[in-house]
Amino acid sequence: MSMETKSLQVKYGEKLVLKDINFRVSNGEIVTIIGPNGSGKTTLIKSLSRYIKAYSGEIYLDGKDISQIPTKKIAREVAVLPQVKNVSADVTIENLVSYGRYPHLSFGKRINKNDKDIINWAIKKTGLVKLKDRYIATLSGGERQRAWIAMALAQKPKILILDEPTTYLDISYQLEVLELVKELNESLGITVIMVLHDLNQAARYSNNIYVLKNGEICEYGKPSDILQAKLLKDVFRIEAHIYEDEINRCPYFIPHKLSLNSTNNDLNLV
Amino acid sequence: MIKYTKEESKKKTIITVFIILFIVSFFFSVGNGAVQISPIGIIKSILYEKGTVNYQIIWNVRLPRTIVAALVGICLSLSGAILQGIMRNPLAGPNIIGVSSGGGFFALVILIIFPSYYYLVPIGAFIGALSATLFIYSLAWKEGVLPTRLVLAGVAVSSLFSAGTNALMTFFPDRVHGVLGFMVGGLSAITWKDVRMILPYAILGMILILFLPDKLNILMLGDEVATGLGLRVERTRFVFIIISSLLAGAAVSVVGLLGFVGLIVPHMTRLFIGSDYRYLFLGTIFFGASIVMICDTLSRILFAPMEIPVGIIMSALGAPFFLYLLRKKEAMR
Repeated sequence: MSMETKSLQVKYGEKLVLKDINFRVSNGEIVTIIGPNGSGKTTLIKSLSRYIKAYSGEIYLDGKDISQIPTKKIAREVAVLPQVKNVSADVTIENLVSYGRYPHLSFGKRINKNDKDIINWAIKKTGLVKLKDRYIATLSGGERQRAWIAMALAQKPKILILDEPTTYLDISYQLEVLELVKELNESLGITVIMVLHDLNQAARYSNNIYVLKNGEICEYGKPSDILQAKLLKDVFRIEAHIYEDEINRCPYFIPHKLSLNSTNNDLNLV
Repeated sequence: MIKYTKEESKKKTIITVFIILFIVSFFFSVGNGAVQISPIGIIKSILYEKGTVNYQIIWNVRLPRTIVAALVGICLSLSGAILQGIMRNPLAGPNIIGVSSGGGFFALVILIIFPSYYYLVPIGAFIGALSATLFIYSLAWKEGVLPTRLVLAGVAVSSLFSAGTNALMTFFPDRVHGVLGFMVGGLSAITWKDVRMILPYAILGMILILFLPDKLNILMLGDEVATGLGLRVERTRFVFIIISSLLAGAAVSVVGLLGFVGLIVPHMTRLFIGSDYRYLFLGTIFFGASIVMICDTLSRILFAPMEIPVGIIMSALGAPFFLYLLRKKEAMR
C-alpha cells in the first residue's frame, strides 16, 4: 500500500510548521524521515497518522483522500506507534495486543477465535510468547517496544508508522527493534514510515530517506545520496567523514566536529 | 472455544463475589430498621402477604429507599469510573466536571431564594449539573479538549460555583438549616417517585456502558494511540462526559451531594479487579450499589432512632477502608 501527501501544510496557531510537503512512500518500502530538532518530523508523522489536521493539502492512501475514508477503516490498513503512549499498570502483553483488534470489531462485538489467533500470531512474530502474561510496566524498554509493535501487528496493517521507535533504548534494544521492523517489512511486505534520530541507522535500514529542515523537505533519496558531507554540514551542522559499511552494505559516517559556518562549503576535515 | 486465562477467571470470580455482596446488601438494607425482617420474610411478604404491616413497611418505605440507594450507587460510581478513564487520572470523579458544584448551586438557589418551589430541586440540580459540565467542556475546548485542561477548567468552575453557594449561605443564614440535608446527601423520605426519577438514567447508563468498555480501554492508551486504532477521540470523550454528567446529575438530583461515592468506589473496584473496563464496569455496578445500600442501612440503624446522613457514614467508613486497600496493594507490589 502506498501513501502520499500533496502540498501538505500544517499550522500550529499562526505558525506554519510544515510547508508544501510532497511526500511519497511506495508499497513495500521502508522510508525514514530525518532532520534536526524542530524540523517538523514528528508533525509530519502525526499528520500522516491523522492525529493533527492539515491546514491545507491532502493525504492519499493508495490514491484515495484519507479525509474521505472512515477513520476505523483506515486503522485496518495503517498502524501507528507514536512516541507518547500510555498504559495502566495492570495491562499484560496479551491485553495490549488484543487492543490492536479494535478497528476490526463491529459495535458491541467481542473478540472471537479468529481475533485470538491473530493476537497469538502477533505475539509469536515479535518473540513475546514466553512473556505474554507479564505486565507491560514490568518489561524492559526493548520488550515494551516490541509489545507495542505486536499491538500494531494485530491490526494486520499494510502500513506501519513509527515515531522514533528507538528513543530511550540501549543500543542492543535499538538494533532489536529495527531488525524486527526490517523483518516485518521483508516477510510480510508491510510498508514502513518512521522517524529516526540516528542517521547511521536511518542509512542502514531505509530504502529511501526524506530530510526535513525548517518544515520543508530539503532532500530525498537513497541512503547513499543522503549521507553526503555537504548535506550533513548544511542540515545537521556537523563535519563528518563518510565510509562504507562492508557487512551491511550501506554508508555510515563519523562526525568530527561541529561546523561553525554551515554556509561555508569548504570541507576542512581533520 | 476460547480458553480463559488465569487472570480472566480471577476477575470473573471477583465479579461473582460482588454479585453475592449485592444480594446480601439488598436483604440487609430491606430487612433492617425499626422492625427486623428476615430475607425469607421479605420475599414472603412481597409475594403473597400483601396488606400485612410488614408488607406496608417493605413496599412503601424500605424498598423504594433501597432501590434508590442501589441506583444512586450505580450512577455515581459508573460516572466516576468513566471520568477516571477519560482523564487518565485516578483522582477524577463527578466533582471534576462540575456535577456536584453546579447541581449544588442550582439546588441551593431554589431552596434559599425560592423556597416555595422546593419541588423543583431535583430538576434544578439536574440542569445545574449538566450545564456546569457543558460550561467546563467549552472552557477547556481549544482545537480539542485535553484531559489536563479539562481538570483545570473543572477546578476553576467548581470553585466559582462554591463561591456562589457560600455567598448564598452567608446572605441567608436563617435558611441554611433546611439546606444542610441536601449538602451532605441523604436518602430519608425517598419514595417510588424518586425511583422513577433516577431509573431511566441508570438503565440508559448501564446499557451504554456495557457496550462501550472497549472504547475506554483504547482511550486509556493515550489520544495518539487511540486515533491510530481508529477511535474518534474527541467525539468519544464528549459522549462519555455527557453520559457521566447525566448519571451523576440524576443521582445528585435525588439524594443531594454524595460525591465521595463517585471518587472512591471506582477506585476501590479498580484495586480489586484491575483497570480493564470490560470487567471494571460490571464490578463497579455491583460494588457501587452494595456500598451505598450498606452505608445507608448503617446510617439508619447505628444511632436509631436518630438517622445520620449517609454521606457521613460513607466518608467515615469508606476513607479508612480505601486507605487500607491502597496500602495493602502497595505492599503486594
